Amino acid sequence: MTASHPQLPPDTLARPQSRSELFWAFTWLALQGFGGVLAVVQRVLVEEKRWMTREQFVEDWAVAQIMPGPNVVNLSMMIGGRYFGLPGALSALAGMLMAPMALVLLLAVWFAGVAHTELAQGALRGMGAVAAGLISATGLKLVGALTSSPMGKVACLVLALATFVAVAWLRIPLAGVLLGLGALACSWAWRCEQVAGKDTQ
Amino acid sequence: MSANIVFSLSDWWSLFTHFMLLSLLAVGGAITTAPDMHRYLVTQQHWLSDSEFTTSIALAQAAPGPNVLFVALMGWQVGLNAAPSVGASEWSWLCGLTGVFLAMSGILLPSSVLTYTATRWAHKNRSNRAVKAFKMGMAPIVVALLMATGWLLAAAHDQPSRDWPLWLTTVVATIVVWKTRIHMLWLLGFGALLGGLGWI
Repeated sequence: MTASHPQLPPDTLARPQSRSELFWAFTWLALQGFGGVLAVVQRVLVEEKRWMTREQFVEDWAVAQIMPGPNVVNLSMMIGGRYFGLPGALSALAGMLMAPMALVLLLAVWFAGVAHTELAQGALRGMGAVAAGLISATGLKLVGALTSSPMGKVACLVLALATFVAVAWLRIPLAGVLLGLGALACSWAWRCEQVAGKDTQ
Repeated sequence: MSANIVFSLSDWWSLFTHFMLLSLLAVGGAITTAPDMHRYLVTQQHWLSDSEFTTSIALAQAAPGPNVLFVALMGWQVGLNAAPSVGASEWSWLCGLTGVFLAMSGILLPSSVLTYTATRWAHKNRSNRAVKAFKMGMAPIVVALLMATGWLLAAAHDQPSRDWPLWLTTVVATIVVWKTRIHMLWLLGFGALLGGLGWI
């Protein structure tokens, strides 16, 4: 769907009208996020509400990822804070956490009774398999955001591939990957930024 | 049920401060600190049993909401275990909710304050070349991390002869979400149904 309105200029993006709209938007998307919210954040904020472009989403998420703390919690605070300052950040944060937390506690109380049944275990397994697919698909969708990067398609592809192999196959700790490949990627971006800057001058 | 434990005020405080420390170490998400939580809560303090620990993570994965909610469930379980055993279920609830509150505010406060301050600064200086280079450079890395996460979740089931239906489910879900706009809840419900019926 994102392909049907590619590269919108920033002024055609929508924006939340109030803090309560932020709160309910994040509550609603958090409640749809089984096995992680990131896939839903991308779908709701970029594809449905169009508060940000795919490229902006990837940039914000990169920052949310590198900062300590839960990624989607960081992301919700960053987005909320951009529109309404600290109150906006807290509205988004409350939306992201309150309803899901109440729900997960109820689930824990209920699950304590049925934990040993085959049905509950099987359903958990099935949902886990689907959740893995949701996350991979979000990654595939965002690959499109890389093609317009000033770093060049090939460099982006090589960096992405190296990261995947390091984390998924070699099981290198994330901090090491972010420091090593991240530093390499940022220095390359720094170089490309210089070239791009000269071209436009 | 693990054996009941007696909690003093300083134990509650230790729970809170340990999660505050982990908050600052949780680069790449709260789940990356799970191994250390296990060391602290299960091995060192004996506040949780092994199965209580893994159930907390599995339940939070299956429920909607951010994955960090597994921390809330651990706080809840620690609180329940710390409650006086003699009947009174009001005490269990109160202790459980205290555990939730301390664990969640511990894991969220330091990182959120830091992230909020740092990102406000970065947004103000968004035309700064270093800020731009950082955001541009990290984009391919984080996109690849998503795919790696999907891969790792699927690869947790590692016996091809038994687990191939699970892998197939993951692949089909990937393609459906990538190429169509079917609502994710339908897919998750379908996965739960297949699993519940014992077909995958």
